[in-house]
Amino acid sequence: MELEQAKELTPQTPFQEFYQSFALNKGAVIGLAVLLFFIAVGISSPFLAPYDPTQLFDGAYRLPPFFSSGGNTKFLLGTDDVGRDILSRLIHGTALSLGVGIMIVVVSLVLGTIFGLLAGYFGKSVDRTVMRFTDIVMALPSTLLAIVVAAILGPGLVNAVWAVSIVAIPNYIRLVRALVMAEKKRAYVMAAQAYGAGHIRIMVSEILPNCTAPIIVQATLGLSEGILNAAALGFLGLGAQPPTPEWGTMLADARPFLENSPWMVTFPGLCILLVVLALNLVGDGLRDALDPRLKR
Amino acid sequence: MLLDVQNLTITFNTKTGPLTAVRNLSFQMEMGETLGVVGESGCGKSITNLAIMGLLPPQAVTSATHLSLEGKNLLSLNEREWQCLRGKDVAMIFQDPMSALNPCYSVGDQLIETLLVHAEMSRSDAALESLNLMEQVGIPAPKERLKAYPHELSGGMAQRVMIAMAISSNPKLLIADEPTTALDVTIQDQILRLLKDIQEKRQMSLMLVTHDLGVVAQNTDRIQVMYAGEVVEAGLTQDVIHHSTHPYTFGLLAGHPDARKSGERNHKSRLPSIQGMVPNLRQRPKGCQFHPRCSFAQDTCRLEAPQLTVTPGISRATRCYYPLNRGEGRTDQC
Repeated sequence: MELEQAKELTPQTPFQEFYQSFALNKGAVIGLAVLLFFIAVGISSPFLAPYDPTQLFDGAYRLPPFFSSGGNTKFLLGTDDVGRDILSRLIHGTALSLGVGIMIVVVSLVLGTIFGLLAGYFGKSVDRTVMRFTDIVMALPSTLLAIVVAAILGPGLVNAVWAVSIVAIPNYIRLVRALVMAEKKRAYVMAAQAYGAGHIRIMVSEILPNCTAPIIVQATLGLSEGILNAAALGFLGLGAQPPTPEWGTMLADARPFLENSPWMVTFPGLCILLVVLALNLVGDGLRDALDPRLKR
Repeated sequence: MLLDVQNLTITFNTKTGPLTAVRNLSFQMEMGETLGVVGESGCGKSITNLAIMGLLPPQAVTSATHLSLEGKNLLSLNEREWQCLRGKDVAMIFQDPMSALNPCYSVGDQLIETLLVHAEMSRSDAALESLNLMEQVGIPAPKERLKAYPHELSGGMAQRVMIAMAISSNPKLLIADEPTTALDVTIQDQILRLLKDIQEKRQMSLMLVTHDLGVVAQNTDRIQVMYAGEVVEAGLTQDVIHHSTHPYTFGLLAGHPDARKSGERNHKSRLPSIQGMVPNLRQRPKGCQFHPRCSFAQDTCRLEAPQLTVTPGISRATRCYYPLNRGEGRTDQC
């Protein structure tokens, strides 16, 4: 009894508090499980995939998955129009799609945070310049802009990453700027100045750590958006080029056979759906757990 | 002389026109001296501190005929030179210790960080020194407390940490801006005693800014009373407290519960208070700034501003045409 009371009285660390709140959210936990599954598949893809993703099997064109008539267990999820194993392609595509998503988040997060910090901290002309840039980017429909950038840079996976990142940067700039502007007025910033801390120290090691929670949430949601946008570019032929087993590209390849061989679009589409849904669930869960205003 | 301020004027350029928060403020501080600065909210106390620290917001315009710390001219410093000075020569303790500590770092990390800003030392030396500082400010179980985060500390404990951070690089001048306002009354006394103790041990100068006359009466060598951005009365603590001549100081003292003599009044009687409000700094009254609230005001007070004049024989200055005669004032009011 006494022990229990003592336990209640010790203040929780922020992480414990976060964990408790996150664990209560069933959707987020399921999302996290799905996400971890995909990450595990992505990491172990070279060992997990039964075949090489670009290996062509003569005579095994557009075989249906094993559970429907005409399918066989050699190709569990069937084959595509040139005789490649769809399961192997999906497994390899997991690493690619998640990797692309993470790269997009890293690029847009780093650039967005730097510009957002500068704009929020210094204000005035720095703020005005950065915000006008974001206004211009945000005035254009995001997919269209990504297409334009990808078209200018030329098709390819790396260029698609840049294109989608540029589209995503304004979100981070706006978020970080707003957070910094609020944090800048807090007493600890003044205290840090009073101890002789310089601008960079105050920005990076005083203000930024206090803004992390909403940035993490935005990054999680940005990851799903990035995967979706990269897949969209792949579908339009501006992202990863065939025979790369990227999910969006796979969808594009399967489009002419939509009616005759529906499994060719179903499985890559399902993968995109699951990953994006899982990420959104986790992102919402993180937001609920990290935002003090949404706490019960 | 440690700090020399001559004719300091601070004006804010606001959208509705200039606002003079501090007007022709002059004062000096010697090494090892404790100066109490007293006044109502908005009388320019905190703004003056920020000016000495070079932390005024950019829309503030500072002018002074002389502003120096240890002979170093503060008016000509650039941002980098200010950074070297802050924390090293002047340090500051804030009103609310809980919000002045960064919630993301443990106390130890923040102390080490502060030490590393100014001193060339290794991280492990800084860790040792931070433990030493925690002991000096009287924190029990300092080793465990170094790992604590600000939200795990009580207000008094947090203020002790702030004091440890402030004295970490041995500043010559410590500005305590209402250090006890956010704390329990029981803790107030401990913190003030600690400040006094450290000030004496380290031979620092301490500027104690407060609106509580009780706080300054016991802990300072000199007092300076401010009103609407001006010094209205300054002098040795004893003189100002016991023989106040300016009606404003007198009013502040009369409003203090301790000022009632228990025999003369029972404790149910109302405490006297100064009528009216602090003047709007955009539309300052003509003449003496205090005259609209002063019960002794005469025509002269309404027309022309009085100068800070030194009372002959005593080291005390008053900004009043009709300083209260000590004997008369006290029998009349108390």
